[in-house]
Amino acid sequence: MAAHFKLEIATPERELVHENVTAAQVPGEQGYMGILPGHAPLLSELGIGPLTYTLMNGNKHTVGVYGGFLEVYPGGARVLASEADHPNEIDAARAEAALKRANERLLNPRPGVDIARALNAARRAKARLKLSGYGGIAPPGE
Amino acid sequence: MPSLIDFRRRIRSVKNTQQITKAMKMVAAARLRKAQERVVAARPYAKMLDNVLSNVAAAVSGSDAAAENPLLARRAEKRIHLILVTSDRGLAGAFNTNLIKAAAEFLRRKQGARLTIEAVGRKGRDFFRRNEGLVTGELVGVSEKPTVANAQAIAAKVIERYSSGEFDAVYLIYNEFKSVLQQRLSESQLLPVALPESRAVHDYIYEEPPASLLESLLPKYVETSIYRAMLESAASEFAARMTAMDAATSNATDVIERLTLHMNRVRQAAITKEIIEVVSGASALE
Repeated sequence: MAAHFKLEIATPERELVHENVTAAQVPGEQGYMGILPGHAPLLSELGIGPLTYTLMNGNKHTVGVYGGFLEVYPGGARVLASEADHPNEIDAARAEAALKRANERLLNPRPGVDIARALNAARRAKARLKLSGYGGIAPPGE
Repeated sequence: MPSLIDFRRRIRSVKNTQQITKAMKMVAAARLRKAQERVVAARPYAKMLDNVLSNVAAAVSGSDAAAENPLLARRAEKRIHLILVTSDRGLAGAFNTNLIKAAAEFLRRKQGARLTIEAVGRKGRDFFRRNEGLVTGELVGVSEKPTVANAQAIAAKVIERYSSGEFDAVYLIYNEFKSVLQQRLSESQLLPVALPESRAVHDYIYEEPPASLLESLLPKYVETSIYRAMLESAASEFAARMTAMDAATSNATDVIERLTLHMNRVRQAAITKEIIEVVSGASALE
């Protein structure tokens, strides 16, 4: 069994990660999945949250992924994220504004407001704030 | 016969035009580079998505789930929607002309069906706007730098209308970026989605049932196809403009050369005339 596997993370706009890694923790739709070399082939939807991977030299890195798909095949894993960013790219102020906006929509739903979309926007913004190491404001009901 | 001063004026005017075309060429070249980078950057995702989709397609092929998915449903093509990706600005050679010709040809070919157009880009919209009720949607002002959000908006609209049975097929016409000197017209069917050849090699574990995975994969696939078309079209637009402006610049050089030659001739003729006058005047005195 190989001691490492290839991890590719891409969004429609660009490729973020293309590296050999020894382990990865991926947010699945139904909870986190740990992927080690030799993992069985798997197809799943991607959740929202930080994705952590360990490079061959032992360094750990994190990128935020926000929905999409995950494919594990013999020899590697591909993450097709709808959106993804490196922690240093996150604009905390913008994420906070997005969270506020989404919360407002959820608390005072007006007709025509897409609840599922607002909920997702809130989750994305929350994940971004957390990842950027910023305290942020508490979402409603938590 | 035009006088010397007329020639000087013409030459100056052509030179001014040449400066503008030259500047436009440089700007197009710089933007082309960026547009090309975006096309390349979008490739890994598209490739991965193709791969996943073909695997899922293999898993659901033949099952009821595949037949039930609204984006795969094949119907008789009675109402056809065309997404036409043109540019917002002109001065790009035959870029838009070719697209509009191809679209018009497409409309003729599908004459029996009820046709509607989604115009992405100002040029295509302006051309087909003359036909009442033909253009049902438009996206203008983003042709040079399309974003994923733009593509998502179009995809969402088209998918919704397709699922509700408003039309039976959706086609996509755009300029594909082959090279700086070559753009290829591309016409493809977007909906119903033609699943890629199933070549499943792995026995995947599915976290969700393949059918529900397919349900979320297909809209992404449509989105990505539209996004790719817009990116390719943007790169093609800059390439076409660069080529056109390069041709215009060298043509201006030719025109200036010709005008200068004429001007020199006229000047020489005037000098010769004066010499003859002086000589004949002097000889008359002898």
